[in-house]
Amino acid sequence: MISTLLADLRSKKISAQDLVEQHLARITEKDADIGAFLYVNAEGARKRAKEMDASGDFSAPLAGIPMTLKDIIAVEGLQNTAGSKVLEGYTSPFSATVWKKLEAAGAILLGKVNTDEFTMGSSCENSAYHITKNPHDLTRVPGGSSGGSAAAVSAEMGVFSIGSDTGGSIRQPANFCGVVGIKPSYGRVSRSGCISYASSFDTIGPFAKTVEDAARVLSVMAGQDPLDATTPDIPVPQYAENISRDMKGKKIGLIKEFLAADGITEEIKSATLASAKELEKQGAILQEVSLPLTKYAVSTYYLLVKAEASTNMARYDGIRYGHSVSPTSLHELYKENRHFFGDEVKRAIMMGTYTLSAGYYDAYYVKAAKVRTLIRQEYEKTFEEVDALVAPVSPFPPFKIGEKIDDPLSMYLADIFTVTANLAGICGISVPTGFHNGLPTGVQILGKAFNEQQVFSIASALENR
Amino acid sequence: MLSEAEIQKIASLSNLSLTPEEVQKFQKELSGILSFFEQISEINTDGVIPTAQVTGLLDMTRADIPSEDSKADAILSCSKHPIREHQVTVPAIL
Repeated sequence: MISTLLADLRSKKISAQDLVEQHLARITEKDADIGAFLYVNAEGARKRAKEMDASGDFSAPLAGIPMTLKDIIAVEGLQNTAGSKVLEGYTSPFSATVWKKLEAAGAILLGKVNTDEFTMGSSCENSAYHITKNPHDLTRVPGGSSGGSAAAVSAEMGVFSIGSDTGGSIRQPANFCGVVGIKPSYGRVSRSGCISYASSFDTIGPFAKTVEDAARVLSVMAGQDPLDATTPDIPVPQYAENISRDMKGKKIGLIKEFLAADGITEEIKSATLASAKELEKQGAILQEVSLPLTKYAVSTYYLLVKAEASTNMARYDGIRYGHSVSPTSLHELYKENRHFFGDEVKRAIMMGTYTLSAGYYDAYYVKAAKVRTLIRQEYEKTFEEVDALVAPVSPFPPFKIGEKIDDPLSMYLADIFTVTANLAGICGISVPTGFHNGLPTGVQILGKAFNEQQVFSIASALENR
Repeated sequence: MLSEAEIQKIASLSNLSLTPEEVQKFQKELSGILSFFEQISEINTDGVIPTAQVTGLLDMTRADIPSEDSKADAILSCSKHPIREHQVTVPAIL
């Protein structure tokens, strides 16, 4: 717990250097098996801890707390690979706003962790570097794309980690690894300096062992940023201090179409219902809600996201960064560099290029953008009736490495419970609820845009039952 | 079903060069995925305004003043190509 560690650091019961050494030892011991890290910042972390111990000032909200960043978040002077060979050898010349805020709050960076290439994937198997394994079962995936973040927090290789969620990339790996992960509302956290996948969907958020820790970190990261024009000027609460576990009278919705979805396993369904019952026991009022457009959510999401991705990926032209080549023409230069993209990125670029091309644009892109409006309206209407929704995160538990890699469509369909939050721009938190057959189980709590406080409170009530 | 020629055309528009095996693989995968996605044509969207962004923010501006030291040289140094007068040199287009 961050609050306990801060108290110990402030009372000099432990030093920042001790804490860093404990974590580095754990990385040495565990990460050869798990493979969460793409870069271990051992010297940087030691140097920073030493400076903090010398100053003796641990008053900042995350002073001396060791953590990790998904390798899409820029830190000046360090690599930022996005799990891709396209960015191998690249060094960030600047830092992301989130890292500047965390660093100013005293966080100590232990390293940068694995992701599916350019965050495209749900298993971390699309990383061009190595596969990350689930700390609870090394034959299974940790989820993705922020699989490195979830695995690192789960195996206690860092107190918290920062990942990104475009269609479930925080909530699903958090669920698979048995940790807390919050996807903030779109615009709550600055995306400046974070490598883009789909710009109108991307959100940046924390993973932690407890709801309170995630709340503490989000308060540091969130807020308006002049470098990201999609961040509204809405005050950031002290989420952790304002968590209220009183569930009396809270209206909690259960989504009919989620529980009847194709492919949902009985255990996932019953875990979701059990969490809803638990909230009811604590005084909440359960209500079934219907979101009929759920069956179109995956199609709408992927049409839009791959279109946005194809334009974002156009910047990897081999000119401003990339591999050294001696091209005879500009066209050859592009092709030589883009050859380094993995299959899922190539699929995204081609799908987006196709659906944005003349003759197909209206039928695919514009149509999906209109359906997005209808899905948003469905959620807005639902939040007039209920305070929050309790929902499954993935239709099935963590799967075996290699089990689903050859069937991209079935991987996309597995995102059914997470993508709607990104289509609608709302917030959602993944919270562990226990274990089934040795693997973590959990649910997500979805809340209205910019009502992170609500989902923190409900998740905390479930966590502390 | 997308034809091989269509896949080649999309790849060329995307500046990707595909091996013959990749062409076959993506032809099968993309055809399957896109035909599934066509389910959205069932939905009536008459008169619906498309969503391009969810924040509702409009005309976000900021004062045009440098907020930190210029990173121009550091950014240019990320390129593997020769730098001349603060510009990246690339093969001629024409």
